Amino acid sequence: MDRVFREPVDPLAGLISGYTVPPGTADEMIGPDGALRPVWEPFLRRFARLSDEEVARRFARGDRYLRDAGVFFRQYREEGPTERDWPLSHVPVLLHQSEWAGISAALRQRADLLERVAADLYGPGDLVRSGRLPPELVAGNPAWLRPMVGVAPPSGHYLHFLAFELGRNPDGSWFVLGDRTEAPSGAGFALENRVATMRAFSDPFPVGHIHRLSGFFRAFRSAMQAAARGQEGRLGILTPGQGTETYFEHAYIARYLGLMLLEGEDLIVQNGRTMVRTVAGLKPLSVLWRRMDADFADPLELDDASQIGTPGLVSSIRAGHLAMLNALGTGVLQTRALLAFLPQIAQDLLGQPLAIPNIATWWCGQPAERNYVQRNASRMMIGDALSPDLPFEVQSARAIAGRFLDGRQGDLPGWIGAQGAAVVGQEAVSLSTTPVYEDGRLVPRPVMLRVFAARTEDGWTVMPGGYARIGRTDDATALALRSGGSVADVWIVDDAPVDTASLAASDGPFQRATPSLLPARAADNLFWLGRYVERAEGLIRLVRASHVRLAETGQGGDPRVQRIAAHLERLGTPLDQPVPQAIPDQVAAAIRCAGKVRDRFSLDGWTALRALAEDIEDRRSRVSPGDEAARALGQMLRGTAAFSGLVHDNMYRFSGWRFLSMGRALERAQGMASILRDFCDPDAPEGGFDIAIEVGDSVMTHRRRYLIETNRNTVIDLLALDHRNPRSIRFQVSFIRRLIAELPEAEINGALSPLSRAALRIETRLATAEPARLDTARLDSLSRALARLSDLVTETYLT
Amino acid sequence: MIYDLALTIAYDYGRPSAQARNVLRVLPANRPGEQRRITGMIGITPRPAERTDRMDFFGNAVSEIAFHAPISDLTVRLQSRVERLARPLQFDLSPPLDRLGAQLLGQPALSADSPHHFLASSPRIRFDTEVTDFVRRVLPAQPTALAAVQAVGRALHEEMRFDAEATDVDTPLSEAFANRHGVCQDFSHVMIAGLRSIGLPAGYVSGILRTQPPDGQARLEGADAMHAWVRVWCGTDLGWVEYDPTNDLMAGSDHVSVAVGRDYSDVAPVKGAVRSSGQQQSTHSVDLVPVPV
Repeated sequence: MDRVFREPVDPLAGLISGYTVPPGTADEMIGPDGALRPVWEPFLRRFARLSDEEVARRFARGDRYLRDAGVFFRQYREEGPTERDWPLSHVPVLLHQSEWAGISAALRQRADLLERVAADLYGPGDLVRSGRLPPELVAGNPAWLRPMVGVAPPSGHYLHFLAFELGRNPDGSWFVLGDRTEAPSGAGFALENRVATMRAFSDPFPVGHIHRLSGFFRAFRSAMQAAARGQEGRLGILTPGQGTETYFEHAYIARYLGLMLLEGEDLIVQNGRTMVRTVAGLKPLSVLWRRMDADFADPLELDDASQIGTPGLVSSIRAGHLAMLNALGTGVLQTRALLAFLPQIAQDLLGQPLAIPNIATWWCGQPAERNYVQRNASRMMIGDALSPDLPFEVQSARAIAGRFLDGRQGDLPGWIGAQGAAVVGQEAVSLSTTPVYEDGRLVPRPVMLRVFAARTEDGWTVMPGGYARIGRTDDATALALRSGGSVADVWIVDDAPVDTASLAASDGPFQRATPSLLPARAADNLFWLGRYVERAEGLIRLVRASHVRLAETGQGGDPRVQRIAAHLERLGTPLDQPVPQAIPDQVAAAIRCAGKVRDRFSLDGWTALRALAEDIEDRRSRVSPGDEAARALGQMLRGTAAFSGLVHDNMYRFSGWRFLSMGRALERAQGMASILRDFCDPDAPEGGFDIAIEVGDSVMTHRRRYLIETNRNTVIDLLALDHRNPRSIRFQVSFIRRLIAELPEAEINGALSPLSRAALRIETRLATAEPARLDTARLDSLSRALARLSDLVTETYLT
Repeated sequence: MIYDLALTIAYDYGRPSAQARNVLRVLPANRPGEQRRITGMIGITPRPAERTDRMDFFGNAVSEIAFHAPISDLTVRLQSRVERLARPLQFDLSPPLDRLGAQLLGQPALSADSPHHFLASSPRIRFDTEVTDFVRRVLPAQPTALAAVQAVGRALHEEMRFDAEATDVDTPLSEAFANRHGVCQDFSHVMIAGLRSIGLPAGYVSGILRTQPPDGQARLEGADAMHAWVRVWCGTDLGWVEYDPTNDLMAGSDHVSVAVGRDYSDVAPVKGAVRSSGQQQSTHSVDLVPVPV
């Protein structure tokens, strides 16, 4: 029966007119009787009252939120990775609490079952011994990690955080397409879906009846603490780093839950304890929420080619000192062929059938099953038996609907016979559809729910909605999700307003109970971020000075222009183009550093940095030398100033800011020492002093302070020795000394640390120097002292 | 036969390497009926800040060591007395190769000695069609499992040339076979890939050869360093046999085994997270001498 909604009701009718559910498909909005599901009605009535413009305005509000929050995900394409906007479909999927209760209960049962299976595969191995699981699916499975066999998880459990992919059958029942047990992603994105969707559907929508997500995260946060089981130490989230597609989410969750965002190289194992390298030395870690595939976690015992792991991590777990969520090796539970055996295992281990079945799966290592798949290949998806991916995901699907996916012609049943145990057949399921807003009306698109479950001290808790994947076309087979699509919020709607306690807590970030420790790697990136931005600024000023003089004289032979070129050459940043390559290079380096500390870095600063890079790229190809280049460079300076202003005015004065500031100050001091050396030297061309003053942004000050023409003494005094001029070396060194004084171990047993002493020595030297005696040789020596100071910072805090 | 074994593996990192951590698998194995370790002592210089000894999944003795200060060199010295039990002449009790699968079904286990660990690809064993085709070509008609092992081993020994310089520890087996040369590791990896491709469970054994041959016999290839050979499951009755493709013989009383695994990655004598930018040099010496009775 075609279910076309035709009831002639007020504005609602316009919104859903022509909403045609594909035949043989269930729909989330329209019930099996062809009528609107009651849970949607209040929402749709209000939606229908909005004008097209109002809808556009509201959706734009949601999108703007996502952009401003920096929500993106990384996509890998042939051209290289790109950051894509988060593809939010604004219309949420609505489910009634009564239906959700059933789903939650079924998934709690499934989570318990998976825990039992994990405990057996890494423990007694009875499932294989008793013939419930074929040995090759385990022993031949790269996701089954032998070093973890017999290792009891220090948290007491193998599984702590799971995701399930759910679809709805044409008859309205639900099924599981796959379990995500390795390092499920999306929970952080779900929070952002929620915020963005609420921006669009705030007042007058009945949002008070929607179950909140924050309670789920609070529960998991306290469960993480409990997972430490008394071990002292911090909680962290382990990320493969900014190259990974979901890095944004890792940084986001770290901020949201107050966890340390850690990469493998932040950690070191000592005497069985996993320690974080921080600027305050090694600090113990007790719980690690793993978002890195297990194989990469420890090159010593797992994949020895891993560059992102921590040697000894496995032995730290073995020693019982590090709770890993989920346990290393739990990825084996994602094995596609396991789905063929879980229904019977549920019967045997739990004494009850799966409350929600999983997708029908036949493993071709068994003769009867292989025959069945050969005969019914036209109704199946055929894929790699050991793959951890969902049935339709491209990498591991081989044939669908009786045809090879790689376009090859040939005998599919024969191929299945030859592949045998290496493949499974899975029912070519179809999904339900859900409304998506397109061109002023709602159209049906296939949908799959991703549901998250977290272990708490009272058992599994299921996140109430938040995340659905939506197909691009109206093809309701699961295949529609292969080519990507969009993501929508899922609202679990109750008849009565939901608990206001969780409302009051809102979806805002948690308070950090302890001051966060700064990992040395993060400090290093902040330090270099400060350096690169300052270096870019110094370069821009110098190059601008060159173009200004070029514009005055119109000739490149001007000795001042040549002196600037020689200076830049000496620094290794040659003036190869009107806007030299070195400038975008420094900004790109700054962006790389900033990208590695997204969790500690203001979004505004990040945006300003990206804008600066785009601005430089945009202008540099178009400018001609002289006046035009000088003006373009002036514009770029406003870009660096915007970044510095945002960061230095707004950043919380904690260790992170100190290292960023120290990098900037050291770069500025070194840059100035180098400029004074080359432009105040006796053999510098006439006008060199003015270049130094101009690059030092001190033209006005000089005029006011000295009332005479520039000469060497006034320039050195103002730019090297004046403690009131923020451009002077002394000013920067004093600042550095004060920053160092606030760092951990600035004093050791009451005595200055080597670093504190080195800074004080340079400051004293500058405080007592006379301009006339600070000649080129002494400036060189000062440069060397500053370079040593930088090395000392690195040795003391950044490695 | 009782041996005294001395093994030294030394690394010179060139410049200090920060905070090294290593996993060692050098202690000779204890395997009932095959080999008995009478004594065994590992000496490490410089002295590590941490050391833990344990068994790995396959029952190999493992020592994990760590240094809290940078080190610029590392020497591992093993002194051991070990008895290699004379192996009885093996009658071919193995089933026909095409019946091995049925016997495997009767072994549903994940324990360390289960043949199921040794059938699939593993980190260093990737199936290679060239190797598979070669193995199928040299297989006699209707062989028993043991006859298949010996035929493949012999054919590989004839086909590949021992060349200590041609490959290194990271050379993929496909490359070694394509060039028909390599050392014991390459011979073993190629043979393992070939045997697994015809359904024979095959693993990797690291060990040591008797340094000086008994009177009147030729010195075996690979006796001047740690050696490697292949371990194959030949059915329920015969069980595991060991074959040395580099020397074309069943591993016997001249072979002292150290560790077993799916491939080299499971048994590497020194695994180490040496993060050093300096040039790394290693030296390696072994001495396996019969104890006069």
